Amino acid sequence: MSKQPTSARFRRVDVDEYDENKFVDEEDGAENQLGPDEAEVDSLCGTGNLIEALHAVLKNPPINTKNQNVKDRAEGLVLKVLTAFKSSDIEKGVQSLDRNSVDLLMKYIYKGFEKPSENSSAVLLQWHEKALAVGGVGSIVRVLTARKTV
Amino acid sequence: MSYHSFLLEPISCHAWNKDQSQIALCPNNHEVHIYKKDGAKWTKVHELKEHNGQVTGIDWAPESNRIVTCGADRNAYVWTLKDGVWKPTLVILRINRAARCVRWAPRENKFAVGSGSRLISICYFEQENDWWVCKHIKKPIRSTILSLDWHPNNVLLAAGSCDFKCRVFSAYIKEVEEKPGPTPWGSKMPFGEMLFESGGSGAVSQPSAGASGGGGWVHSVCFSHSGNKLAWTSHDSTVSVAEGGKSATVSSLSSETLPLLCVTFITENSLVAAGHDCYPVLFVYDGAKGSLVFGGKLDVPKQSAQKGISARERFQNLDRRASEGQGSDKELSSLHKNSISQISVLDGGRAQCTRFCTTGMDGGMTIWDVKTLENSMKNLKIV
Repeated sequence: MSKQPTSARFRRVDVDEYDENKFVDEEDGAENQLGPDEAEVDSLCGTGNLIEALHAVLKNPPINTKNQNVKDRAEGLVLKVLTAFKSSDIEKGVQSLDRNSVDLLMKYIYKGFEKPSENSSAVLLQWHEKALAVGGVGSIVRVLTARKTV
Repeated sequence: MSYHSFLLEPISCHAWNKDQSQIALCPNNHEVHIYKKDGAKWTKVHELKEHNGQVTGIDWAPESNRIVTCGADRNAYVWTLKDGVWKPTLVILRINRAARCVRWAPRENKFAVGSGSRLISICYFEQENDWWVCKHIKKPIRSTILSLDWHPNNVLLAAGSCDFKCRVFSAYIKEVEEKPGPTPWGSKMPFGEMLFESGGSGAVSQPSAGASGGGGWVHSVCFSHSGNKLAWTSHDSTVSVAEGGKSATVSSLSSETLPLLCVTFITENSLVAAGHDCYPVLFVYDGAKGSLVFGGKLDVPKQSAQKGISARERFQNLDRRASEGQGSDKELSSLHKNSISQISVLDGGRAQCTRFCTTGMDGGMTIWDVKTLENSMKNLKIV
């Protein structure tokens, strides 16, 4: 068999980039999404008011921004609050959230699963169980189908 | 509630004739089989073989007794019954991807086909040339059309698409009908005009809580009997209802179940939807408050005979499943054993439905009686 003399570089071209009908996502305004307020969350954690800290950390989720740092910072904060909870208080914490916040919490939980650290997965699994009891399978489906995630 | 298992393969789509004595269904292949009710049994009476690809949509026009089918072979056929045999007529849809769904208009003078070519073909019969012609609605659809439903005025058409949006278009064909009067959805309705577009899916009441993530594919759309309300289900496990004229009010409910694949109104304010959870669920819409609430799960509870488990069975279970119990959590307790893909109203129309039918991927068809359901589920309220 003779060797192909012509270059096969054309095989590396991404033809979808040149398709005129390509589906381009709409860009939403993302400038003012800075993620949860670190100072506020820290102070609430410090005073032991964990349920309030949970609410605070779930505010202003950096859903629309492309800035990876903001997203990482938010994820770190959320993880800190979730780990600070005692196991027996997790259920109360989840009960205090409304439906949209439970969905948001699920998003953060799955984001946390992506980068496990020593104890994070165990804590996240406990939160996952309680959030599942409230949000149902639907909340997980919404994590999977969400196009703009945390 | 009668469950009949037609086949072992999924039923891709089904359609009933006018008096519900015959059902046309596609057994997940290139053909359409028509079954006739014979007392308590169903016997196959016709096989319609013309498509070269899987038949993805069937609709049976009740008055003119014509069947329209569309398939993955990019064609649609209109079948008419002549001397006891169904004869097909090809309809050129001018699409270059598979057709996905088809619906006759209420007055049966035209039908709409949704396809993977990102457009809707509205087909009507041209008398002079004696064949079916089609017009396309293209803008601003950006992905496959998964579901269609006509408004009772025969002009407006709702389309659910894979680009996460549900839209209402005007499909006014001046060759076959007169100008329609104004409706809550709009008054100027030239062909192809988009009168409503949902923002994907998202609870309007709390925009800051990040609920408008973009939604999921819109699997199914349905107009209410009056045409003033439009309901759709989406792949992110939500059900939404929009009212014509109040374009800002979209009430949507993020359900706790797996995504719902089909939805229909059974009264002006109640919807029944079904999907991957294998049982239908009821939702009630409150127009005054603009809210949608979960009404209840509609299914026949399984009569689990709690017989004592013998020692022999216990050891068998231990051997087979490493569990000591009767281990029936793996079996579904619903009538359908696999996802329900289509729901259709049998009696009573969408205003006062008394019976509806579901078919699913388990090859079975169930006919549900609304009165019996209401009686058996205590806190079920069908408004």
